[in-house]
Amino acid sequence: MQFERRAKPPLWLTLGAPLIAVAAALVLSGLLIALSGAPVFEAYGTIVTSAFGTRLAFTETLTRTTPLILTGLAAAVAFRARVWNIGAEGQFYLGAFAAVACAQWLDLPGVVMIPALMLMGALAGVILLVIPVLMRVKSGVDEVVTTLLLNFIVLLFVSLAVEGFLKDPMAFGWPKSVPLPAEARLDKLVPKTRLHAGLFVALACAVAVWVIDRFSTFGLRARAAGASAEAATFAGVPLTGTLIRVACLSGGLAGLAGAIEVMGVRGYLTTDLSPGFGYSGIVVAMLAGLNALGVVAAALFVAAVFVGTDGMSRALEVPSYIADVTVSLSLLAMLVAIFFSQWRIRR
Amino acid sequence: MKSPVLSLDHISKRFGETVANDDISISLARGEVLALLGENGAGKTTLMNILFGHYTPDTGSVTVEGKDLPLGRPRHAIAAGVGMVHQHFTLAPNLSVLENVMCGTESLWRARSSRATGRARLAALSERFGLTADPDAMVSDLSVGERQRVEILKALYNEARILILDEPSGVLTRPEAEKLFETLRGMAREGLSIIFISHKLGEVMAAADRVVILRGGRVAAERLTSETSKEELAELMVGRRVERPIRESREMGAPVVVAEGIDVEEGGVKRLDGVGFTLHEGEVLGIIGVSGNGQTALARLLSGLARPTRGRLTLDGAEAGGLSPSELISRGVGRIPEDRNTEGAVGDFPLWQNAVLERLHEARFARAGFVKAAAAKAFCAEVIGRFDVRGGGPETQTRLLSGGNMQKLIFGRNLIAAPRVLIAAQPTRGLDEGAIAAVQADILDARSKGCAVVLITEDLDEALALSDRVRAIVQGRLSPPVATEGLDAQRLGLMMAGEWEGLDAV
Repeated sequence: MQFERRAKPPLWLTLGAPLIAVAAALVLSGLLIALSGAPVFEAYGTIVTSAFGTRLAFTETLTRTTPLILTGLAAAVAFRARVWNIGAEGQFYLGAFAAVACAQWLDLPGVVMIPALMLMGALAGVILLVIPVLMRVKSGVDEVVTTLLLNFIVLLFVSLAVEGFLKDPMAFGWPKSVPLPAEARLDKLVPKTRLHAGLFVALACAVAVWVIDRFSTFGLRARAAGASAEAATFAGVPLTGTLIRVACLSGGLAGLAGAIEVMGVRGYLTTDLSPGFGYSGIVVAMLAGLNALGVVAAALFVAAVFVGTDGMSRALEVPSYIADVTVSLSLLAMLVAIFFSQWRIRR
Repeated sequence: MKSPVLSLDHISKRFGETVANDDISISLARGEVLALLGENGAGKTTLMNILFGHYTPDTGSVTVEGKDLPLGRPRHAIAAGVGMVHQHFTLAPNLSVLENVMCGTESLWRARSSRATGRARLAALSERFGLTADPDAMVSDLSVGERQRVEILKALYNEARILILDEPSGVLTRPEAEKLFETLRGMAREGLSIIFISHKLGEVMAAADRVVILRGGRVAAERLTSETSKEELAELMVGRRVERPIRESREMGAPVVVAEGIDVEEGGVKRLDGVGFTLHEGEVLGIIGVSGNGQTALARLLSGLARPTRGRLTLDGAEAGGLSPSELISRGVGRIPEDRNTEGAVGDFPLWQNAVLERLHEARFARAGFVKAAAAKAFCAEVIGRFDVRGGGPETQTRLLSGGNMQKLIFGRNLIAAPRVLIAAQPTRGLDEGAIAAVQADILDARSKGCAVVLITEDLDEALALSDRVRAIVQGRLSPPVATEGLDAQRLGLMMAGEWEGLDAV
């Protein structure tokens, strides 16, 4: 048996691959649901209703979708240029930290305050990613390792902040930061839910990234630098500059995700602000085939799986780890699907 | 004919719609050197991969020394005494020569490898076949020619009695290739049987006893080299007459590029040492030399990828040392990279993006940071039309093009802008006859329009056919220029060896 590269993947396969992958993942997690003794079809029904069935459920899914779009975009823009940013989780937390910390020093009206804090969050993410990318370009240090390890450093730093210099004195000893002032909070889109205006920022970012990737000279150069550093160099694409700009975009999006999450949902910083949004962003980007508009759909899917499975596990007493398993299986199935859309089997 | 040691009978192999091999039968006698001649895509490599077990044929069988060879398993081929030297070497660069040769010959379950025995056997093989190699050298430190010798030694170490070489001279300089074929003849005299794949007529005539010509997946003809000629073989291979373009004499114009005392250091090594030359309008300046003497650094310097550490480079009288690729392109420099596959194009991009990637600084292809895709595709379509790029349109993925068509695209995207200067590094390396003729015609056509061409090549026939003057490059230094009229191979050989006394500089 041998694999042979397809001349051009057919369109139905390119579009169908993610759907087939998702279906395969759902069937496989169905086996696990059956194993835990719950009725499989009822479980699927509960997942769907828990994610989309009520106004509250749907807004909750969209609330979860918002940071996933941004971290998904962060991974997608980086991976397109073969910058392996595994540090979106750290950039997310540092972005959230920057927003909360800066809110303490700044005293501005809401119209200025909110964009300023978002900018600060993005900037924090940029700094956190530019350093590892510079180290890779200048001295060949593997950014997979550095960005991954920085996640833990940042999380410990946030822990230090919320237990120390940013600690809320009114929190009865809980490790949480001082709350954001009211003018730094994002507006609610639907009253009495957690859904906030950050969703629009995320959607706007997706469109902007799609336009940059698809139509700009920077997007073309970044893809060239990623696909073949030699060819890009020969064509006069400045490699260092291009990768640094990619790092700014990617780190900025992840940092922005953190700032928006803290400003939109919680209003204060804790070390459990993110249930792994940074890592899930990688799954989202892969499911979307690194396409910026696809990221929106993939983020919605991943968010729905998390929210829906939570509801299902409460209703049917199935362990909620099923959500993690389903998302991970989708990623694996997607990787297999990507492979088969580019190669065909030949005996 | 003596009884064959190897015979392939009625081999057919299809890949999807393409028929790579169509009912091919070939036999090989003991002690014979057989050349498998054909253009790229004629099915030579597929056939040899079937013999070696990389592919399973749809129909047909292989017999080695009277026994049927089970197909589809390289292990069986090795056990039957068939050794293969691939075009792209399969050595581990981080291991020594001895380790590479012994790799796979010992069971993984043995705790210790018997290096001493291996070393002695390797030394004996080196001695017997005249293939010198330092067993303790790291493969990453070896030149391409040395690596090939290690590949051959590896096959011999596995007790190969039939040796298959896929385009063995493709990566070698001419002296290296001559030495290789001499070695192969010697090995045949020792009783080994050899098949080598080639599309170069000269080496086929010089080294083989017999030639099988493949065309379009079929055996087009079979000839004894003693009873044929290069011209006949060329016609059989291509299926029609191919004529290489001929340079017409022409007056040189004004100086365009002037280099004075240029050093280039990269990674702490001096690659170019006091290089100086003058390049004129409408002139082809040939740079010849044994590979690894600074050709790459010279091409990189003139293409804007390396800066001079000392000396002065001017273009039309203005400083040009250390200009970026885009600045050079704006000032009318066309650049053909040494390695078209890695440097010349991004394989996963459509043709139109590769056509304009180096011109994104030009207003006609980009506005306010956005690519003008329509203009870029029109440009690409024009290149495809005027330079006869076959195998796809602007939206085709570049890696699907053959080497010749990719090179035509690269030439086209440069020449369509009528450059003042063309830097062509190894422009015909690895191309087949038809594509070589097209590329050489492009170079001469540019020259006739007044373009000043630097032609860096290891093919001496090409250097003599296309250049007005040649210089040799030896250890980063350039010889004085010599007019090509009246030059012979012996003089070129001396120039490449660094014997520059008594050259008639022009």
